[in-house]
Amino acid sequence: MTIEQIYREESGRILATLIRLLGDFDLAEEAVQEAFSAAVEHWPREGMPANPRAWLVSAGRNKAVDLLRRRAWFEAKRDELARLSALAEEVSETPEESMLNDDRLRLIFTCCHPALAREAQVPLTLRTLCGLSTEEIARAFLVPLPTMAQRLVRAKQKIRDAGIPYRVPADEELTERLETVLLVVYLVFNEGYNATSGDVLVRRELCGEAIRLGRLLHKLMPEAAEAEALLALMLLHDSRRDARASASGEIVLLEEQDRSKWHGEQIHEGLELTERALGRGARGPYALQAAIAALHAQARRPEETDWHQIAALYELLMQEQPSPVVELNRAVAVAMGSDAAEGLRLLDALEERGDLKGYYLLPAARGDLLRRMGSWKAAEGAFADALLLVANDAERRFLERRVAEMKGKIGG
Amino acid sequence: MQYLLLIYDQESQWGKLSETEQGKMYQEYGDFTQSITKSGHYIGGNQLHPVAKATTVRVRDGKKVITDGPFAETKEQLGGYYMVEAKDLDDAVAIASRIPSARFGSIEVRPIVAREGPRP
Repeated sequence: MTIEQIYREESGRILATLIRLLGDFDLAEEAVQEAFSAAVEHWPREGMPANPRAWLVSAGRNKAVDLLRRRAWFEAKRDELARLSALAEEVSETPEESMLNDDRLRLIFTCCHPALAREAQVPLTLRTLCGLSTEEIARAFLVPLPTMAQRLVRAKQKIRDAGIPYRVPADEELTERLETVLLVVYLVFNEGYNATSGDVLVRRELCGEAIRLGRLLHKLMPEAAEAEALLALMLLHDSRRDARASASGEIVLLEEQDRSKWHGEQIHEGLELTERALGRGARGPYALQAAIAALHAQARRPEETDWHQIAALYELLMQEQPSPVVELNRAVAVAMGSDAAEGLRLLDALEERGDLKGYYLLPAARGDLLRRMGSWKAAEGAFADALLLVANDAERRFLERRVAEMKGKIGG
Repeated sequence: MQYLLLIYDQESQWGKLSETEQGKMYQEYGDFTQSITKSGHYIGGNQLHPVAKATTVRVRDGKKVITDGPFAETKEQLGGYYMVEAKDLDDAVAIASRIPSARFGSIEVRPIVAREGPRP
């Protein structure tokens, strides 16, 4: 294992432990950086230690003492000096696995505290738990670097100045607070999943990071069924990553994807987790979405997709998380299952209500249904409407192909 | 850590309450204050006169400018405050959520800047 790999995998854990020991985000971050610098200096010479993690925590703690000593000299703060002597007295120990895990759980809940703005929760989580650099995060979210850096600085300052505690919430609040954590993880995943422009490689990595966080949450909170369901959902979606775009970067729709490119092991794991979560009684949005994803994943060919079940699940999802987008998906599932005309009626109703104005997928879905029904002219019109609304190059090219296809059918 | 809990609600709503309802609110406030005093959180607190009684002072170019009313017209007005000692933000938020006005108004939880004690 290289030091870079260890940094990626362990820096979050080590940071979490140091935050607990030092009670200070910035000090802990500095200490982690200095510990890894020390590793880069010493390990090539002396060989990798038997327990790199313990070495790094120890080094981090020592570096922190140095930093405090330097600060204390210049600022003569009583608190710092007191903390210094407390640290010096701590017996050097090998951090236990369970303690490290608790530290990371505390860290996730702190990064996702409701007192922090959502646009700060997501980058802070990525920075501190996943070890992504500020540059990588800025690129992933298409935000200028100084803006992203400022967000992180402000978030850490708020944690310090407003006294946001570093702990796992008490039982009464845990469910509510876990909701935010799961949402943050899901947002990270979606950023990566929907990447079709910008730095695609970095944004794809986001899916990996989100899944790692999902695994961590599931491991640390094995009873939390929605956390299990979220992990399942992400694994199932991610299993299709190599089939979703052609070699030249064009969109490949689900029904046209080469299913041999789907990652079977991930699907297997995702299906198992979905079953367990549902068995545990999970009926929240992640569980329902995972169940839908599972049905898609289980179909060996598009024709074998159980659309009726999917439509029924979307109906349940509508009760859990009512939204016009969910209604749209349900309409499509209904159309695919049996009743294209009914599906169209549902889409027209949505159009009339005006909830999805400006959302290109509504006319695109209409276009698709009309295409399946052989109404070429109407389909062309719908795709043309969608083209007016689309923002993304790959999606635009896809719609242009459809329009050309329809024109061909009409002409031919 | 010390926090100021700033109580904002719509003054106009108070006038709409019956005398009984107003009495009930005062009772709830009294109970609340007593309870956080007992728990050692209470440092201070007061009800404020409505913003119609406020006066705003600004000094510009060495000149004192005095105007009638609050610093700005807002939908909710500052009606009172508590100053509390709490171990962290979650603790302060828990206290704030028990303030009777939290049910229809907003409580702003502001950390107080800690000042250095005398040097050793």
